[in-house]
Amino acid sequence: MALNWFRFASPAAFYPLAGRLIPLFWVLTVLALALGLYWGFFETADRLGGGNPQKEYYRIIFIHVPSAWMSMWLYVVMVSWAAIGLVFNTRLSFMMAKAIAPTGAIFTFLALWTGAFWGRPSWGTYWDWDPRLTSELALFFMYIGYIALHSAIDDARRADRASALLAIVGLVMVPVIFWSINCPDPNQCAALHQRSNLTTIEGNILFAMLTMTFAFWMYSFATSLMRLRSIILMRESESLWVRELATIGGRA
Amino acid sequence: MFGVFWCILTRDLTLALRRGTDVLTTLFFFVIVVSLFPLGVGTEREVLEELGPGVVWVAALLASMLALERLFAADYEDGTLEQMLLTFQPLSLLVLAKIAAHWLLTGLPLVLIAPLVGMQYHLSDTAIWVMMLALLIGTPVLSLIGAIGAALTLGLRGGGILLSLLILPLYIPVLVYGAGAVTVSRIEFTDTQPYFALLAAFLLVALVFAPVAASAALKISLE
Repeated sequence: MALNWFRFASPAAFYPLAGRLIPLFWVLTVLALALGLYWGFFETADRLGGGNPQKEYYRIIFIHVPSAWMSMWLYVVMVSWAAIGLVFNTRLSFMMAKAIAPTGAIFTFLALWTGAFWGRPSWGTYWDWDPRLTSELALFFMYIGYIALHSAIDDARRADRASALLAIVGLVMVPVIFWSINCPDPNQCAALHQRSNLTTIEGNILFAMLTMTFAFWMYSFATSLMRLRSIILMRESESLWVRELATIGGRA
Repeated sequence: MFGVFWCILTRDLTLALRRGTDVLTTLFFFVIVVSLFPLGVGTEREVLEELGPGVVWVAALLASMLALERLFAADYEDGTLEQMLLTFQPLSLLVLAKIAAHWLLTGLPLVLIAPLVGMQYHLSDTAIWVMMLALLIGTPVLSLIGAIGAALTLGLRGGGILLSLLILPLYIPVLVYGAGAVTVSRIEFTDTQPYFALLAAFLLVALVFAPVAASAALKISLE
């Protein structure tokens, strides 16, 4: 049997598949969240050393760092789906991009929120125009722009394509924006460059952080697919299979 | 090729100059925003010198963004834009001509008025020259990036406010280095050249890619 790559590109075929996958992703989310939070709270050191020791509050990184990662990855994933939609003209790809955007925006907001709460005890202020937080803020604006443009256009086809183009332009601009915020003075850029290295993180902290990241990935899958199913139903409400679904009242 | 470019450019300039108030509105918006800041933050010389570069640049961003709404609107309403899409000429060239005309009408006046608003903020002669040069290189980038947003929001209700949401985050790099150049020029023995090099790099990249993206956006909006 020849493998049909585009079988699940049809909303009618993907709808039941998504319905079966969602519970799986939710289970994985809950398990990973429980493990990650347990490990983060009880298996890691109570304080981190260094000249300015950080006490219990450093544990906010188990939420903060994974959500910051997710905010950036989800933007790339969203743009990829939008680009695939523009190239192959597949409706489902645009719906996928649209379904991912709110989750990405929420993670961006969460990263900002937890960053502010971490900043209060360690910097003595909620907001310090730290380059990383400022870049997150810019990313948040870009998510908002995407969502706003999509909802402002009534015609679904134009909304999909216009916001896809905006997202691609955004992805091109994102490195420039991040770089300009990170290095406002080109005369002394090297000094400002921030470096972090996964291998230098203590094992227990790293494990908790990666488990939380996995949990957030699964959560993103679950919520995006749920949103996707709603979008499919709304967009395809005139089609035969959705009407049959409504009359039978089945969930699959 | 250049005949078409020139034709669109002169047409847009003629149309706009017959209704000169449109050009003046943008210019006066800029002047008013810049003049309002001292009333809000106080008129101490040190504060104004400190704030000047940033305020002038943010005002330039807002002014050029407000003017963007009109970039394609008139041609869209009377159907000229559709005819442009149907011509044999590359659409991005036509778009580039429209952007160039738009910049001459809304960006260049800001550059020319800059010394006047610079004096309001007690900027030194050097700082004013640097600001003019930075605006001269930076405002075309604003028009080029903004054209993409203007094409995407064509004919939408609440287009103007939506446009600001889409475009202002993309203006951040120009703002950072444009205002940075002026701020740095106030200190002696500092080099403003890297700032201009970066702004010029943005301009070149935007010149290549923005018209293509804007014409793709126009095609999406008009199909």
